[in-house]
Amino acid sequence: MGITQVLFWFLSIMAILSAILVVISKNPVHSVLWLIVVFVAISGHYILLNAQFLAIVNLIVYAGAIMVLFLFVFMLMNLNSETEPQKNRWLKIAGVIAGGALLLVMVAALKRADLKTQVAQMNTGDIGLIHNLGMALFHDYVIPFEISSVLFLSAMVGVVVIGKKD
Amino acid sequence: MYLNLLAIDLFLLAEKAVLILIVISVSLLVAMYETWGERKVAAFMQDRRGPNRAGPGGLFQPLADGLKLFAKEEIIPTSSNRLLFILGPGLAMLTAMMTSAVVPWSSHFNMFGRHVSMQIADVNIGILYIFGVVSMGVYGVMIGGWASNNKFSLLAAVRGASQIISYELAMGLSIISLLMVTGSLSLRTIVEQQHIGHYYILLQPLGFLIFLVCSFAECNRTPFDLSEADNELNMGFHLEYSSMKLGFYLFSEYVNVFISSAVMATLYFGGFDIPFVNSTWLADHWGQNALAGLQIVSFFVKIVAFIFFFMWVRWTIPRFRYDQLMNLGWKIMIPLALINMVVTGFIVLLHLYGWR
Repeated sequence: MGITQVLFWFLSIMAILSAILVVISKNPVHSVLWLIVVFVAISGHYILLNAQFLAIVNLIVYAGAIMVLFLFVFMLMNLNSETEPQKNRWLKIAGVIAGGALLLVMVAALKRADLKTQVAQMNTGDIGLIHNLGMALFHDYVIPFEISSVLFLSAMVGVVVIGKKD
Repeated sequence: MYLNLLAIDLFLLAEKAVLILIVISVSLLVAMYETWGERKVAAFMQDRRGPNRAGPGGLFQPLADGLKLFAKEEIIPTSSNRLLFILGPGLAMLTAMMTSAVVPWSSHFNMFGRHVSMQIADVNIGILYIFGVVSMGVYGVMIGGWASNNKFSLLAAVRGASQIISYELAMGLSIISLLMVTGSLSLRTIVEQQHIGHYYILLQPLGFLIFLVCSFAECNRTPFDLSEADNELNMGFHLEYSSMKLGFYLFSEYVNVFISSAVMATLYFGGFDIPFVNSTWLADHWGQNALAGLQIVSFFVKIVAFIFFFMWVRWTIPRFRYDQLMNLGWKIMIPLALINMVVTGFIVLLHLYGWR
């Protein structure tokens, strides 16, 4: 068991435990904080896969910016278990069935998938390093990249238009 | 039992551990004497004497303050969220300390037959690492403000966090234009390029100005200390804090000032380079260890100059109003940074390919 494996198990357990806590926390602010822990753990996995750039961008964008906005909303709305309206019982049962069906589909798909031959390469490969990633994005895949940036721009313009409306 | 199977160079581990210990204690020491320096500078600007009772020139004042903060009663409000209330200041301090990991403090020493690099980690995404840690720094403020269960604290925390997020954008854009010039994200490479060529302040004056203003905002320093505007919010997000938890918040601000001074000196003022001195000549004649020592001194002179500038601004410029702050951030800083980026990109390409 090398250091990579120790770290892998540690990060995996951290990610799964905090993901469970995101779901079962009564207080939405706690859920968001646990979600940040999940993102940190996933960034750790990226580093294990030698994708440092991806890891740090995941931290900056998701954990550093988007989750702060989530936290803003939850803190200002002051949601908690007392003010949360009780859901209909039938709705709960429907949710359980739908979630269970999704789990079933995913387990079935994973069972059929060919996992033995496709092992993740730990600590090797350099596609995740910033130089190679930049070459891939701006050289080989430049058109999809630009189209997705236009998509972001249109979303931003849309937000401004909606925000301007009185 | 697995320890002998872990393929780690134990000497490297020991070396890095000692380096981390030194860097952290130096950061804390500098932060301590920043509080003293700030009061002395304030006194000088306002024609007073400043602290002068404890020790010569009031030099023991920070020790006395620290002792006072430790000895005070620790109050955790009953309606607060206990765990998060304690987590807040800890997180603020942790993120302030973590940034120092990628700053190159000097070239390298030759000690015990080893090549001891004066940088904790030379990762190839150095600047982005700093950004990542700084963006996590928001949580110290937000969690502390929310867990206090006090409206003023919450308002101050939301203010502080939205300010930090807004100015992070302009900061990132100003860094991008610097990165176009350097072509590398590693702080050590950036410093080494400045040893050979010019300091990047000459190539990126506008970028430096934007970075400077944004780092004032990131550190929550006046004129951008909206999150602790005491005339509007009592005391800010640390209103409910007392004793050393308050001390951590105040201290983390000074650590942040120290680290951002170090980062600015690294990016734009040549880092540990000694100006007007040929360092290879110095290494040949005086030895590598002497050179590395002098480089540390040179770096700290630059850092102290920046810290003084932080204090100078604090006692000169009054606080912004909140709408002025947001206008400055979104309507002036970000467009300026974008223009700087486009112009830099244009010039870099021109340099690469010539006129045709």
